[in-house]
Amino acid sequence: MSVEGAGPAAGDREHGVIHDIGYRHYDGPRLGRSYIQRSLFTESLKGSYGFGRAARTKVMPMLLLAAMCVPTLIIVVVASVTGGDELPVGYTAYLIQLQVVIAVYVAAQAPASVSRDLRFGIVPLYFSRPMRRVDYVRAKYAASATAVFVLLAAPLTILFLGALLTEMPLGEHLPDYLRSLAFAALLAVVLAGMGLVIAAFTPRRGLGIAAIVSVLLVLAGVQTAAQNIAVVEGADTAADYLGLISPFSLVDGVAHDVFGTDTVLWGEPPGAVGTAVFVAVTVLLVAGCYGLLLRRYRKVTGT
Amino acid sequence: MSDQATPATGASLIRTEGLTKRFGTVTAVDGLGVDVAPGVVGLVGANGAGKSTLLKMFLGLLTPTSGRASVLGLDVATEGERIRERVGYMPEHDCLPPDMSATEFVVQMARLSGLPRTSARERTADTLRHVGLYEERYRPMGGYSTGMRQRVKLAQALAHDPQLVLLDEPTNGLDPAGRDEMLGLIRRIGTEFGISVLVTSHLLGELERVCDSVVVIDGGRLLRSSSTADMTAVSSVVVVEVDAGEEDLAARLRRDGLGVERVGRLLEIGLRDDGIYDLVRDGAADLGIGLVRMERRRHRMAELFAARHDEGGDVRVG
Repeated sequence: MSVEGAGPAAGDREHGVIHDIGYRHYDGPRLGRSYIQRSLFTESLKGSYGFGRAARTKVMPMLLLAAMCVPTLIIVVVASVTGGDELPVGYTAYLIQLQVVIAVYVAAQAPASVSRDLRFGIVPLYFSRPMRRVDYVRAKYAASATAVFVLLAAPLTILFLGALLTEMPLGEHLPDYLRSLAFAALLAVVLAGMGLVIAAFTPRRGLGIAAIVSVLLVLAGVQTAAQNIAVVEGADTAADYLGLISPFSLVDGVAHDVFGTDTVLWGEPPGAVGTAVFVAVTVLLVAGCYGLLLRRYRKVTGT
Repeated sequence: MSDQATPATGASLIRTEGLTKRFGTVTAVDGLGVDVAPGVVGLVGANGAGKSTLLKMFLGLLTPTSGRASVLGLDVATEGERIRERVGYMPEHDCLPPDMSATEFVVQMARLSGLPRTSARERTADTLRHVGLYEERYRPMGGYSTGMRQRVKLAQALAHDPQLVLLDEPTNGLDPAGRDEMLGLIRRIGTEFGISVLVTSHLLGELERVCDSVVVIDGGRLLRSSSTADMTAVSSVVVVEVDAGEEDLAARLRRDGLGVERVGRLLEIGLRDDGIYDLVRDGAADLGIGLVRMERRRHRMAELFAARHDEGGDVRVG
């Protein structure tokens, strides 16, 4: 189609040539719903870290990812100098200590994923494709949970690799690392669900961010304060159950009982009943978030 | 609504029978029966006439309260997903994320229609070129003008090479030049691309120019449905414009036995036979009047609204 050097009429010709190519029909394969769902999942996951978006949308997630990872490098360096078989901080303990960073990431990412689609009228356009509402909700939930999991798993992996490089015993660190990954996965599913639900009901992105940060941090704060009061008052069982209040302590409790991680926040689910209650609350929370999301999109057909 | 349309089932682009949609007590679409042949079809109606509701039912996104509709031979109530595989939709409202480039967005929409990644990229490049978006397609869409945004919206509707595109008010917000370009594109989609088009507008004049047939609805009811050629056919009135002395000319022509009416500065003469052109010419020459213009008048689609409930049942299109 090159018409370079075609003489004085090159400008006109070039325009003409572009039109002369004509319309080409597509007769290749058209893939089904599972491909479409996967496509939306990948796109949303990339979007959670600002890939395929304007440059400035990469800043926030990258800063937060750095905030999660940089301290682990320092920890690894310190550990290599001091030696010994243990890292100065446990895997899950590290994540809990950075719960503010995690909460901020969830708060920034969930609205960017769903509020954006609602606010700019993209959802009705999605549904004009061979995609069902349930496909949309599943893809968005999975993408969001994966994005949070990446944020959590990255520093854990650096800690683990650091431990191996400083020749700490693999036999002790590998199980701990795997358990902490399970913890991270569960935390990611819980946090992503809560974040998406709040974001899906607050189409204004700024409001969504504020709402999610406050819900997550206030719950964590209330949980800690109430638990401390209960301990001081000597109500130990009550104190243990207060772990249900915050998603962080909730997941901490479940992970302790189910995966065998060390509890970081004070207390643990009391006995078998406690375990059952913690697990049940987690399952209900996740199922509830999923159900609410489905409800939220049931009526969307466009404005 | 009539049943006379039954024979052409296979060739129908869109067919509805008694199609009705109610939202609570509001009836958005009321017993609509049309049978539209492939081509560029205009859907005309004032704001709130039920056009967008109708498009959403055609996409299978809204379930009809009663009645039936099929698009490309597929039932909207039961085969919505298969319809949406073959149909492209350009919504009236804004639907572009400002933080993405046109390329990224159209690729995504093509993939969400089931195209594999590489095909989606190729089709995106093609489609954006066809709608006339070049270098700016790599920039975030937040900074686009209304004209560019409308082009991207059109491109995403075409990205998966549909058999039919539903365009909801595509000329909204465009300046006259942008409007002309958009209408030209719509015409090309129907002719060069070989994709049928259903385009809505509240402006009759613009659809008159690009559509093969037009469906006019008002208050969710069918006013008229026929080919553009029928609607704008020449009428039996000759319009004559002169520079002065129209009253003298009128009097003279009446003496010649013609039915003449004065409408402002124009004379409207009932067409009896071709001889009246000679009579007008001779009359003007004898009276020394300058003849500015003499032509058969065409029906304007706008007259449909004036004529609204006089004729309703004429259903078969094109």
